[in-house]
Amino acid sequence: MRKLVASAIALAASAFVAVAPTASSAKTITLCWAAWDPANALVELSKDFTAKSGVDMKFEFVPWPNFADRMLNELNSKGKLCDLLIGDSQWIGGAAENGHYVKLNDFFGKEGIKMDDFMPATVLGYSEWPKGTPNYWALPAMGDALGWTYRKDWFAKPELRAEFKKQYNRELEVPKTLDELTDIAKFFQGREVDGKKVYGAAIFTERGSEGITMGVSNFLYPNGFKYQDPKKPYSMEGFVNSDGAVKGLEAYKALYKCCTPPGYTDAYMGEGLDAFKSGQVALQMNWFAFFPGLYKDEKVGGDKIGFFVNPKGAAGSGSQLGGQGLSVVSYSPNQKEALDYIKWFANPDVQKKWWSMGGYSAHKAVLNDPGFAKTAPFAADFLVAMGQVVDFWADPSYAQLLLAEQKRIHDYVVADKGTAKEALDGIIKDWTKVFKDDGKL
Amino acid sequence: MTGSHIPDALANRLATATPPKLAARVRGLSDKAIAWLFITPTMILLLAINIFPLIWTIRLSFTNFRANRTNAVVKGIGLDNYTSILTDPDIWAAMQSTAHFVFWTITLQTLIGFTLAYLLDRKFRGHGFWTTIILIPMMLSPAVVGNFWRFLYQPQIGLFNYIISFFTGVDPSSFEMIGSVTLAPWSIIIVDTWMWTPYVMLICLAGLRSIPDYIYEAAEVDRASTWRQFWSITIPMALPFIMLAVLFRGIENFKMFDMVNLLTSGGPGSTTEVASITLKREAFEKWRTGFSSAFAIILFVTVFGLANIYVKALNQVKSR
Repeated sequence: MRKLVASAIALAASAFVAVAPTASSAKTITLCWAAWDPANALVELSKDFTAKSGVDMKFEFVPWPNFADRMLNELNSKGKLCDLLIGDSQWIGGAAENGHYVKLNDFFGKEGIKMDDFMPATVLGYSEWPKGTPNYWALPAMGDALGWTYRKDWFAKPELRAEFKKQYNRELEVPKTLDELTDIAKFFQGREVDGKKVYGAAIFTERGSEGITMGVSNFLYPNGFKYQDPKKPYSMEGFVNSDGAVKGLEAYKALYKCCTPPGYTDAYMGEGLDAFKSGQVALQMNWFAFFPGLYKDEKVGGDKIGFFVNPKGAAGSGSQLGGQGLSVVSYSPNQKEALDYIKWFANPDVQKKWWSMGGYSAHKAVLNDPGFAKTAPFAADFLVAMGQVVDFWADPSYAQLLLAEQKRIHDYVVADKGTAKEALDGIIKDWTKVFKDDGKL
Repeated sequence: MTGSHIPDALANRLATATPPKLAARVRGLSDKAIAWLFITPTMILLLAINIFPLIWTIRLSFTNFRANRTNAVVKGIGLDNYTSILTDPDIWAAMQSTAHFVFWTITLQTLIGFTLAYLLDRKFRGHGFWTTIILIPMMLSPAVVGNFWRFLYQPQIGLFNYIISFFTGVDPSSFEMIGSVTLAPWSIIIVDTWMWTPYVMLICLAGLRSIPDYIYEAAEVDRASTWRQFWSITIPMALPFIMLAVLFRGIENFKMFDMVNLLTSGGPGSTTEVASITLKREAFEKWRTGFSSAFAIILFVTVFGLANIYVKALNQVKSR
């Protein structure tokens, strides 16, 4: 019996010794983001932080279609799941006003982190609330904008080039305007290439979250659409529904009707990637964040793929801003470690490594490097795109504003209800109601 | 239950096993007190998870509360939310979509379900096997069903389009079931019918099996035709079961969300945006908690009212 007791004690002691290091090991912090390629790169990059600080990193990645629902629920319920959150640019107003994010001004001042070191569009889009004021709630983490990919190998085929020239009286090259883009999409629609029927363009038409709004904006901005009168905030008449905006919306619908693959009525980034990777489409609208992965793709990457910035419209340039900022969640019990992570992440060397691993740094030390444009085939275009980005509303009521536009645009473009003018007038009506409810009008 | 129903040996064993202190305490309680003792946990649970949220929702429906703005002042706004809902054309459009969906799914499921039950009731060889096969769709998760029907409806690779093409000769990619304003409402009706007809069939089968054989035998002695037997015996006697199936499916489909959300997300445009999708968008995407509470109450009262009227009709049929 004594032997048995002694053995039991020895076993318990050895189990304790085995467990003890784990129990006393460093803290763990959780970073929440969307589940996509850059998130995998961040997991790799963050190993350096753990090695340096001893703080373990845990990750909570949610697929894009559920990302906003899941994370905004988490914030609204004051959940402690996330210590750090790479949240969408439009969330900044609500997160700041409702106290979900920690204000970072004092921390930036103390640690010498300057917002001037980051690209202005990303600071405005991802960090500031109210917009245009030096109140920072996030560190620009992942610069992103909408861009286009095209099948470079198809564009190089002599027979197609000749036919295109005959038909349109110009070379089959990267489009400089949205009209040229539509011509190219029309040219490829239903054509047989390499023995397979192909289609013109994969564009965003998704209804449920933000898809069609993020897509149509790239036809609205270059045609003169503005969210409000720059001199009179929240005054939208003549800006949201300007003649140019109407033409832009009509052009988007025309592109959807003429040149998308069959069944493309509810498509966003995932469907676009599928269509392009399976060799179905000549052109694809998508976020720059996916371009490193597409370039590496065995079937359509390398020499077969080309990239270009959203083309110009009648009123100039404009691309939809994507991307996110890195924030500390105010309900986190590990704010010190979370802030340490931000300090580490803001370091120019880390930012350079972030870009090299497939993340889009917004740090000037990376972007202003003379050799940056040649670091990847899409790097130069990324710089141009980030210079012409426009973002959706970032007010606390952004979700209501977004869903209203989703409905009006989808009704017009996909469901053929009403005219472009009526759709844009309807958006003004819905947005006015939201701003009135918020006491802003 | 009284003690007389418990066998003596078991009662003695229970009495011996009960600790003396507890036994003494319980012995001092009246039957009513013991009854309360047993039902109290259930009552507390019911109050906590059903009644309290309902009262809370009613309270919220008269406010401008938003769950994503906990710092904001919550104001009582009277009947404003209810007025906004009842005058909102989008809400009425959603109610119309719901009514269209509920009407056609119930009609088709009842017709097909009863027909299948009638056929399976003729005990042919292998009828057990076919019953099992027919029941498979209702065993699947709505999430799975929504996702795979999305693929089946895909114009380029979808089996559904190819089957239609095979029978009609039209190009499979020439029509879009979930992308067309005309076809999308039917696409969700087809899927729901495919999934839930077996459920209606099961209930109808139970109804048919409950009809005693001697009634048919008596009818045959009276030389009643098969058609006459069907209309005078089968339908009236199975009717309470059919009505029960209609009630269950009606309530279920009035609050249909998951399958429609996965299949069409309410699109194209708002063509298939049924009431529960609108409610979810208002509550958890726009975060208009007060407004969505009022909408939820309106939906609840509608379903509750209609179900009550229907149950009364059902009872009348049963008492005939």
